[in-house]
Amino acid sequence: MNHATEGPIDVTGQEGERLHISGLFVGFVSGLPQLFFPLFAAIFGVRKSDNPALIPIIIAAVLALSLFFRWLGWRRFRYHVGADDIRVEKGILNRTARSIPYDRIQDVSIEQKPLARMMGLSEVKFETGGGDGDDATLRFVTLEEANRLRALIRARKAGLSEAQDTAPMVEAEDAETIFAMDGKRVFILGLYSFSLIIFAVLGGLAQQFDFLLPFDLWDLKRWAGLAQESGMSVNTINGVGIAGQLILAFGAFTSLIFIGFATGVVRTYLREHGFRLTQTSKGFRRQRGLLTLTDVVMPTHRVQAAVVQTGPIRKRRGWHSLKFVSLAQDSKEESNYVAAPLATLDEVWRIAQVAGIHGPYGDEQLRTGAALHWIIQLLLLVPPLLIAMAALVIFADTAFAPTLLLLLLLVFATFMFWCDWRRYRFGLDDQQLYLRRGWWQQRLTLAPQVKVQSIEIAQGPLTRRLGLASLKFGIAGGTLEMIALPLSTAQAIRSAVMEKVAAVDYSAINRSH
Amino acid sequence: MTDDNLPELTPLDPAFITTSRIASALGLLPFVVGAGVLEFAKLLPLGTFLVPVLLAYAFVAYTVPARKYWHWGYDMGTDRLRVVRGYMFYSDTIVPFGRIQHIDVDQGPIDRRYGLAKLTVHTAGNHNSTVALPGLAHADALAMREAIRAAIRQDVL
Repeated sequence: MNHATEGPIDVTGQEGERLHISGLFVGFVSGLPQLFFPLFAAIFGVRKSDNPALIPIIIAAVLALSLFFRWLGWRRFRYHVGADDIRVEKGILNRTARSIPYDRIQDVSIEQKPLARMMGLSEVKFETGGGDGDDATLRFVTLEEANRLRALIRARKAGLSEAQDTAPMVEAEDAETIFAMDGKRVFILGLYSFSLIIFAVLGGLAQQFDFLLPFDLWDLKRWAGLAQESGMSVNTINGVGIAGQLILAFGAFTSLIFIGFATGVVRTYLREHGFRLTQTSKGFRRQRGLLTLTDVVMPTHRVQAAVVQTGPIRKRRGWHSLKFVSLAQDSKEESNYVAAPLATLDEVWRIAQVAGIHGPYGDEQLRTGAALHWIIQLLLLVPPLLIAMAALVIFADTAFAPTLLLLLLLVFATFMFWCDWRRYRFGLDDQQLYLRRGWWQQRLTLAPQVKVQSIEIAQGPLTRRLGLASLKFGIAGGTLEMIALPLSTAQAIRSAVMEKVAAVDYSAINRSH
Repeated sequence: MTDDNLPELTPLDPAFITTSRIASALGLLPFVVGAGVLEFAKLLPLGTFLVPVLLAYAFVAYTVPARKYWHWGYDMGTDRLRVVRGYMFYSDTIVPFGRIQHIDVDQGPIDRRYGLAKLTVHTAGNHNSTVALPGLAHADALAMREAIRAAIRQDVL
């Protein structure tokens, strides 16, 4: 059964094993719902014909065709358990041969859906850390074969690296709190989370369910009438004078602000109450929540990069947030693992240190981007603006002077680009990559160089002429793109980082120590 | 433009020009047919529509594949794969063997006729999670796959 073949082999021939033939039937039955539309279309097509016997013939033909293609697919599908990898060959016209080295297989899952179970079949999935979900699936093999494959792969994996799976599973409760937020800290975070979302929610609800209300919500005259009943009228509002109107407006504005802050504080309390980040032997453990308590563990070795964020106001008070990038999804609204929502820089670097990431030693190791990059973007805005101005004058008969107002857009854009350029920094030391971007929401990404998956130098048609390039790093679970570099700098950075990356294998960097 | 310490790039198999010509000729055929139908519907004076479309078709299906071919290149190092492509939008990607998750060798019907194949490597990164290298001789693609797989295994031992 197992060919422990040495050297390169091409399994395009008759080598390897087929899936179980009964799987054809299971696939056919579970695929029937997909045939509904073709069947419907076929019947619809012949409904005018005089021969009623045509309909069963059509149904039989569609079913037979589907079965035929499934059979072809089955015939052209082979898997092969090799000495160092699993190979899957498939495709009727487009042939794909996939090789998955044992060392990359994270997990082998066996699934039995009801019908397959009745037939004694199961679906085997080989999962790797690959970026796209579709790794390799054997649909279907017998349960014995599935178990044999799983045992085999576990054995091969264990044989490849003895030390890997002997991580200490005995859990001592040695949890050490490395970051926690008290009530005051949560309250401050709530103030920074100012939000007017409640009005959007209420407005949305009102629009969805206004038919349930006993009156018409949008009938302004009725509201004016209600006000009149209680002694108010449009005239009295007009009568209070400019000072009174200002006070009313101020009152409305203040209550809006208050509601905004209150929403932020309540939402934050619900989510962050009792925030505690502890360091256990398995990795980081985060507990938080007022009504819904969550408890999430993030193994330290899974951390691929750190993101330190701050806003324009909270930066003045020294507040930052820290998130960890990994392949795992933290929650519905946040893909990165929130390690500290509001912390001082000292606290941030102390937590990051645990994950093996250190802060930049100073601004001097970070470099600015080439201003030319932003100037090009600005100049690219000029032709569309001129065209818009010309179109206004020619087609809309606008006078020339008002169209000059469009140039204000250009002034605004210049300011934005200038801010962006001024805040942008990139750099690297002998271990990490640094990227700082954003002048309003400021974001500093730090990634250990060994965790980089691939490096691309990219140039567009204009930047190519001017000798500029951008450097895109593949990070598992995140992005890191350095822009506005001279090509030679980009190449130098890539060679330097590549030396670090190529020296260590993926499975070594994501192994717990 | 050339990098100081990087080795020369290997060009793709010249048959790639033919296969991509066939692929784009077939892929764009519906547009030409559509243009022909419009032409015979006599909505516009004779030739004003079909002639430019045919010229554009010839350019895209004949000239462009040859140009694309010259801007592709790869280098198979001892521990990394470098893939260079594009002129207008130039891209030069390096994937270390130690970061490759799994490897595909694809062969479409046109490829098979000319003995070509496409090598695709998958990484765990969000950016460049798949890096594809088309237009390789099938035997070369298989040999590259074996070399990469062997390198992954060596890394571990």
